[in-house]
Amino acid sequence: MTGTIPLQYFLIISTLMFFTGIYGFLTRKNLITMLMSIELILNSVNINFVAFNRYLYPDNLHGHFFSLIVIAVAAAEAAVAIAIIINIYRNFRSIDVDKVDEMKF
Amino acid sequence: MNILSLFVLIPVLTSVAIVFTKNMKQTRVASAIGMSIQLILAAILVFLYLNERQAGNTAEMLFTYDALWFPSLNIHYAVGVDGISVAMIALTGVVVFAGIFASWNMEFLTREFFISLILLATGVFGFFISIDLFTMFLFYEVAVIPMYLLIGIWGSGPKEYSAMKLTLMLMGGSALLMVGLLGIYFYSAPETGILTWNLLEISKINIPIEMQRFLFPFTFIGFGILGALFPFHTWSPDGHASAPTAVSMLHAGVLMKLGGYGAFRVAIFLMPDAAQEQAWIFLILTSISVVYGAFGAIWQKDLKYINAYSSVSHCGLVLFAVLMMNQTAFNGAIIQMISHGLMTALFFALIGMIYGRTHTRMINEMGGLMKVMPFLGVVYVIAGLASLGLPGLSGFVAEMTIFFGAFQHTDFFHRFLTIMATTSIVVTAVYILRVVGILLLGPIKNDHFLHLEDAKWHERLSTITLVLAIAAIGIAPLWLSDMINVSLAPIVNKISMTGFEFTSLF
Amino acid sequence: MIDYTYTLLIPLIPFVVFLFTGLAGHKMKPMTSGLIGTTGLFAVTILSYLTAIRYFWTDHVEGAGYSSLKAFEIQWLHLTEKLTINLGVLLDPISVMMLVVVSTVSFMVHIYSLGYMKGDTGFARFYAFLSLFTFAMLGLVLATNIFQMYIFWELVGVSSFLLIGFYYEKPSAVAASKKAFIVTRFADLGFLIGILMLSFMTDTFDFQTLVSPTGPAMAQAGGAAFLGLSGITWALIFVFMGGAGKSAMFPLHIWLPDAMEGPTPVSALIHAATMVVAGVYLVARLFPVYSMVAPDALHVVAWVGGISSLFAAIIACTQTDIKRVLAYSTMSQIGYMMLALGVSGYGGHDGLGFMAGNFHLFTHAMFKALLFLGAGAIIHAVHSNDMRDMGGLRKYLPITHITFLIACLTIAGLPPLSGFFSKDEILVAAFHSNMPLFIIEFAVAGLTAFYMFRLYYSIFWGKDTHYHHTPHEAPATMTIPLLILAFGAVFSGFLPFHELVTSDGLPFEAHIEYAVAIPSVLIGILGIVIATLMYRKVSTSPAKLANGFGSFYTWAYHKFYMDEVYLFMTKKVIFNYISRPVAWFDRHIVDGFMNLIAHVIERSAYLIKGFQSGRIQQYGYVFVSGTIVLVIIFVYLW
Repeated sequence: MTGTIPLQYFLIISTLMFFTGIYGFLTRKNLITMLMSIELILNSVNINFVAFNRYLYPDNLHGHFFSLIVIAVAAAEAAVAIAIIINIYRNFRSIDVDKVDEMKF
Repeated sequence: MNILSLFVLIPVLTSVAIVFTKNMKQTRVASAIGMSIQLILAAILVFLYLNERQAGNTAEMLFTYDALWFPSLNIHYAVGVDGISVAMIALTGVVVFAGIFASWNMEFLTREFFISLILLATGVFGFFISIDLFTMFLFYEVAVIPMYLLIGIWGSGPKEYSAMKLTLMLMGGSALLMVGLLGIYFYSAPETGILTWNLLEISKINIPIEMQRFLFPFTFIGFGILGALFPFHTWSPDGHASAPTAVSMLHAGVLMKLGGYGAFRVAIFLMPDAAQEQAWIFLILTSISVVYGAFGAIWQKDLKYINAYSSVSHCGLVLFAVLMMNQTAFNGAIIQMISHGLMTALFFALIGMIYGRTHTRMINEMGGLMKVMPFLGVVYVIAGLASLGLPGLSGFVAEMTIFFGAFQHTDFFHRFLTIMATTSIVVTAVYILRVVGILLLGPIKNDHFLHLEDAKWHERLSTITLVLAIAAIGIAPLWLSDMINVSLAPIVNKISMTGFEFTSLF
Repeated sequence: MIDYTYTLLIPLIPFVVFLFTGLAGHKMKPMTSGLIGTTGLFAVTILSYLTAIRYFWTDHVEGAGYSSLKAFEIQWLHLTEKLTINLGVLLDPISVMMLVVVSTVSFMVHIYSLGYMKGDTGFARFYAFLSLFTFAMLGLVLATNIFQMYIFWELVGVSSFLLIGFYYEKPSAVAASKKAFIVTRFADLGFLIGILMLSFMTDTFDFQTLVSPTGPAMAQAGGAAFLGLSGITWALIFVFMGGAGKSAMFPLHIWLPDAMEGPTPVSALIHAATMVVAGVYLVARLFPVYSMVAPDALHVVAWVGGISSLFAAIIACTQTDIKRVLAYSTMSQIGYMMLALGVSGYGGHDGLGFMAGNFHLFTHAMFKALLFLGAGAIIHAVHSNDMRDMGGLRKYLPITHITFLIACLTIAGLPPLSGFFSKDEILVAAFHSNMPLFIIEFAVAGLTAFYMFRLYYSIFWGKDTHYHHTPHEAPATMTIPLLILAFGAVFSGFLPFHELVTSDGLPFEAHIEYAVAIPSVLIGILGIVIATLMYRKVSTSPAKLANGFGSFYTWAYHKFYMDEVYLFMTKKVIFNYISRPVAWFDRHIVDGFMNLIAHVIERSAYLIKGFQSGRIQQYGYVFVSGTIVLVIIFVYLW
């Protein structure tokens, strides 16, 4: 079983996902895309958790639990974020982050 | 219950009561009742104090009360009064009382206005009763902060600018002051090792002279800014001009006195050596204040500016006298604070009342008001005469005591400055009579003014209270001067114990 | 010790009357407050006369000198350990004499004003102010110490201010009152500095201590402190500056002519008989100190007096406003009094000048009050102040005419009227000690006679002016005071002043010195004759004479441009060149600096606020790149 797919593959995947997420978060102006980017980051972390758990401590399940909690929190966060985004859309007729600057200065 | 704590408690309770009032009438009645009680209490305090002294109590501070408040820094809530603070408390009582009645018709956010006003009064009362430097500072800040709101919200003209300027400059003063006070605190116990904020305890030790040299300017300028020390006085004209009537009254009447009182009580009393060394710098600045304020006032056209510059001149005289550092001059400084507090409050009250009727404060737009409002006119003349130092009114007593005190120094430098300061009595006469001549006398310039009414009952009450206080001091100054003199003795003793000579420029 | 405590009532009655009429006056009928004031003054007059009779005659031990005694004294304020301000009542020959002067003239003016001010809207206010003035003046006269004198000095100043500006709707009256107050205030600054110096050197304010021959003031003689004069000389010169301001001495006289804007009874009371002689009284009070330790200061007094009297007499010859002529005449006569004090010595016959100065003060009060009240009656009848609007009034105003003539003859110094005696003594005193001053005064005597009769003829003779309505004699309330004062002007010269009011309290022998008296009477008559020739009938000779003097006449007519000089000093120099730059400096430099600080802070905040853009993505960039940099540093470079 071990040795079929090396750990590095998982890590490479998760690193790619993580930086894709960071890139998306920093460059996209659309709030929904930014939220999706955050989901990507969270999921890359999940992959790491699960992969490390499986390869380094196969007898424990802590990593899995963490991933489950992260998924739950991410779901809640997505719900709240989308609610905020919908409200912002109602107020500004736009979900572009740069347009939401009422509170600035 | 310590009687002094009541002075803080009653305003606080009054503010709480105001929160529960339903309309303007109730609000102002509640504030009037609260501040009347405060005035009566101040009278009782004067009476109790004199009684206690009569009975032979020679303690430096009477009615003391001490409670540990913040142990790790040894901050106490420590109160106590001597003749000087009693006099200042009485002054505050009178001015606040008059101020409430002068703002009787405040219609905009009445509750909030009176709460802020009374909060300000709380700070002032608290400052005068404290003998713990930290609580003193705390109350000082309590008094300064509501000022921002009072001017910024209820003011007129460029009120945001003025409020911001006033608050920032006074806060700058507080910052300097904080440095000074912390320095005093850290050098307050060279032997025992227990640091203290208590004024009396610190006064028993000598702060090292090197530290005094460093701390004195901080403390003196810190308080001096509030006392309109040249060149840190410019908040005063703008602030006064924008402030609503009662706030100007309270501010010029008592808040500026915090500066003089603090400079005297903290800076000079605790650091007499440095004070004597550095007095000459500040003496020059204050004598400039005295003359410069007076000349500045001649050219102004706005009544409030005139009075603000006149305050710069008169408050300059307070600091000038404080720096002369002998018993007579100190006595004069205290009487001048009280006298100026009363008459400037009266001036601002009258200016507010006149403005409320004519809707202008520019003297060249007015004229002949004596004809239409004889009561306000006569009171204005009385205030003016008090300001230019007419015997029988309080200003004369104060100025004379200061001049005679200052003249005790025999060297040329002090003599010269004293004589320079005395010239202010002529310049003061010029600007006061100019205003009286243009504003009150002569023909009426504007037909609208023919229909204006004279003072209403609350305005009469407010102004008559102040006039009576001014006349009482002017006609029979002995009791006040004696009350102050007794309390000056320990301070003068401490100063005379220092071996330092006055540094003089010439 | 004879009890004089009741004299405390003398100043207190007017004070109570002032408070009462001042506070309740507007609720009463005008005449009621007038009558209250007059009644109060009547009581004061009775008390003053009683005091004078008791002090000078009934209580006086024959042969002993007149000493000063304190009838009453309380502490008012402690200044230093040694200096205490007291308030009290001091009785000595000059203060008792002044009591009589002040109460008499004030009483007369109170009665006179009942008629003169009748129907004026400010009637009650007028009486309140009169009482205030009388209170202050009596307090000044009875002062036991120099500081009490200063206190009341200021109070008479302010009551004078209030009364000059009585018609406060008239801009000229307001300006005049302002000017009077500020000029005298400036002089009072000198007085205050003088008191500061004097009290510092002697540790006392008390007159009795100051003037006692063994007192601390006498110990200060000699020594040169500044510019070759001793400290006490400077102190006394400063004190005299106060006196010169109040007494309208050159060059501080400019307020007095303008002060004639006040109601005429006020001019009679304050600006002729009482307040303006306060300066003379002040010098007389401190006379022993002046005389013994500061003769230089006394010379200043003498010369200021002499110059003022000549200066004012010349101007008086050219003025046409009758009250202004009288004002300059007052200034000139006060110059006489100052000069008399200035040339006097101390004790015995040497003190002739002192006696003469006070004597002249007394007689001058009578005849000058009479002249002013007469002028008031004329103005009341003609409604004009200008003598060019008048003429031939002797037919319409017989009583005024007779009393005015008496007063003119008195001031011209014809025997046996009172002016002759007092002026003669002054000339004698000057003759014996200072020849130049004697010559000046001698000339002034002639000028005085000339300008007074110029005034007299222009009003009562000259052209027959046609008036809109026939002038009529004033009511009895106005003519009775005129008659009483005329009686005083005629007979007060027979008072034995040389026995009563002397520099050391001891009587001395005074007699008329014919070598001085005859020429002085002759020059007086000469002045009258010239005036008669020129002004009795309408003629062109005045114009010719004026042309003859050329520009000198123009200068005198414009009062030697003193007003312009002062106006330049105040309006231009103080307002424009001091006050305005100060105000500008304050707004733009001092305040500008504060604003600059605020501005600099705001600018720098503006510059760095871009960092706090609020854009999450920008924060993210910075965060990520920061992390990367840190990682590179820590992992590869450390």
